[in-house]
Amino acid sequence: MAKILMKGNEAIALAAIKGGVDAFYGYPITPQNEVPEYLSKHLIANGKVFLQAESEVSAINMVYGAAGAGARVMTSSSSPGIALKQEGISYIAAAELPCVIVSVMRGGPGLGGIQPSQADYYQATRGGGNGDYQLICYAPESIQETIDTMKGAFDTADFYRNPVLVLVDGLIGQMMESVDFDRPVKQRILLEKSWATNGTKNHPGSRNIANSLHLDPVKLEEHNIHLQKKYKLIKQNETQVEMIHMDDPDYVIVAYGTMARICRSAISMLNEKGIKVGMIRPITIWPFPEQAFDQIPSTCKGILCCELSMGQMLDDVLIANNGRHKVGFFGRSGGMVPDPEEIVDAIVNFKDKVVK
Amino acid sequence: MRSAVNVKVAGFGGQGVMMFGQILAYSATKDGINGLWFPSYGPETRGGTANCSVIVSEETINSPVFKNANHCIIFNLPSLDKFRSNVETNGLILYNSSLIEEKVNEPNLTCVGVPINDIAIELGNAKVANMVMMGAYLELTHLFSDKTILAIIEKILGEKKADLVEINVKAIEAGKQYIQQQGVVYAA
Amino acid sequence: MEVKYQKSVGLTDTPLTYCPGCGHGIVHKLVAESLVELGLLDKAIAIASVGCSVFSYQFFNCDAQQAPHGRACAEATGIKRVLPNNIVFTYQGDGDLASIGIAETIHAANRGENITVIFINNAIYGMTGGQMAPTSLIGQKTTTSQDGRVQALHGSPIHISEMFATIEGVAYMERVSVYDPKHVIQAKKAIKKAFQYQEEKRGFTMVEVVSSCPVNWGMKPTDAMNWVKTNMIEEFPLGIFKDKGDQNA
Repeated sequence: MAKILMKGNEAIALAAIKGGVDAFYGYPITPQNEVPEYLSKHLIANGKVFLQAESEVSAINMVYGAAGAGARVMTSSSSPGIALKQEGISYIAAAELPCVIVSVMRGGPGLGGIQPSQADYYQATRGGGNGDYQLICYAPESIQETIDTMKGAFDTADFYRNPVLVLVDGLIGQMMESVDFDRPVKQRILLEKSWATNGTKNHPGSRNIANSLHLDPVKLEEHNIHLQKKYKLIKQNETQVEMIHMDDPDYVIVAYGTMARICRSAISMLNEKGIKVGMIRPITIWPFPEQAFDQIPSTCKGILCCELSMGQMLDDVLIANNGRHKVGFFGRSGGMVPDPEEIVDAIVNFKDKVVK
Repeated sequence: MRSAVNVKVAGFGGQGVMMFGQILAYSATKDGINGLWFPSYGPETRGGTANCSVIVSEETINSPVFKNANHCIIFNLPSLDKFRSNVETNGLILYNSSLIEEKVNEPNLTCVGVPINDIAIELGNAKVANMVMMGAYLELTHLFSDKTILAIIEKILGEKKADLVEINVKAIEAGKQYIQQQGVVYAA
Repeated sequence: MEVKYQKSVGLTDTPLTYCPGCGHGIVHKLVAESLVELGLLDKAIAIASVGCSVFSYQFFNCDAQQAPHGRACAEATGIKRVLPNNIVFTYQGDGDLASIGIAETIHAANRGENITVIFINNAIYGMTGGQMAPTSLIGQKTTTSQDGRVQALHGSPIHISEMFATIEGVAYMERVSVYDPKHVIQAKKAIKKAFQYQEEKRGFTMVEVVSSCPVNWGMKPTDAMNWVKTNMIEEFPLGIFKDKGDQNA
């Protein structure tokens, strides 16, 4: 199919439909409103479920209910709204229910602002909800990659019975790009949802229960060990990273999402200056591509972590680097988006950026 | 076409600034190359100054943000003050001389004023000033063919506003004619 | 030997965890019997809430989900919208429904979600050890109102049935009690009617059950039932507050 020009938020919605979404539950918040607006029109028109909930808290619990009932279900929100959903997300992860959560990040903390940000890396990868749980978290860098991710996200969630979080910044949500909706999606063999709470008449002889309560500590620990085994499998099979110009770089940039694209332009400019810069671009930020750091040659003078935050992925970069190279940080926040020249300056003046 | 053209479009909210930028991105997509558009969004787009960025490129677009534009399309004075120093060498500043009295002149840039409001009012519809600007811009840059632009305008207006296609096309023609009459040529 | 009476097949064999004299056991039985008698058990999905009835998913012999505190009606909405032909009901206490979950409950009602809510009002937080509930009576001593509930400090007991009767999406709203056999029979009629209405897709149905908590009230079971009869019913009068079925008949 020929490419079409589409706004990121609308592309997320259309890609969800192509990915097989049955139901959407959400609550308005800038800068992701075009996601529910688009879905409200197109889901209901096709006999699917769209419901504007009374709050983000309700929306995520509607997702819990529908996911437990066996539907392919999603919600979308932005930073303060995702914060409100954390309780439900923890329950859904604990009950091992599949769903897709879209987070279009804006500046924080608090009510913050509405301009693009990546300050919810901790929220996405560490969770604001309680307990030892993980979300499979994709951080695409373009509308095209967001579409490709969304189309496969429901399969991934179903395959692992785990929530999938698609994390983009407000720029990806608000901008328009030429995109192709017909690119192939990874095929997965999916089992029937024999666990769905859809009435015992659909599975006579057994009761299905969606639950996260295990008052017996032995049982709860067993459940956690079970979850960790699943997370280990996800780490092995789902970690995605793009390695760019990693043959003998003077410096390596680590960046994701919009920041990675800005860094791509900066790397071209630096090459023109005779400075060889490579990039590790995590596509999944959980699981984080730790092993990519083993490929950084010992001659590399330093790693620059670049984020639209005050330094959150930086923690994972420091862990993955494990003291091998100098690590620097460049970040903007509050909705300020740097141009590539600022990244060029940060590499040229790397010594001023070193944090460890 | 060069590998990428960065365009900044700026003016008051309501002047059709966002639409101007979107038409460029739609046209790029229609021509089978890459288009990218992003707005300054939120409350600042209501009544205050609004701007959007457009990148048109035959190659994959990397950074969606740029420091300097190749082409800067300016609809009002505050936008001129804000963006005139962020234009690449050999770039273009195309501005609305109906609202900007100053004869803009920047070293190493081509600066062209077009009285888009006056021309649009003469045409009988003040709202098509942005399309007068579009005509002038296309005459200077030859970025897209008339056929491509017409197809996009027809698509955006849709069936409900199909009666407005004619005045928009007239506005584009008027913008082109103005540039031809002035004898301005933009080399870059 | 002829069986005269047995546990409803709507309940599992898991022993109930409720205290002696607590109304939950009675209401569980009524819900289970109603579902069985209406032939709805095998398409029912129960939503357990947080509170003493948190384990109700172990007791109702149907599919179930366990909801975060207060979110039962949101979860029920999520299920019902994707499975409109199943029977979905929540089982919630006064803390869960009338305090932390009031927004979810009101909006589910206002949307006319075709679900049934079984609301147990015993004027106290049982599971957490006897704290003040939004339905605690004026003067009632709890662990967080040790000198008794004072209106000026804590507000008045919240009247859920009266409030929900004003909401357009509510098809049926009745307040019942289980302090004596006569009222148990009346409670079952109400619960059955609510499920019947859901099966007929009439909208949101709720039955408020004024119940007892002898342990946290510090009373013997019989005294607790008497306290329901003498004190609670005065504050929370029984009756049908809304019945769209009657209006339409």
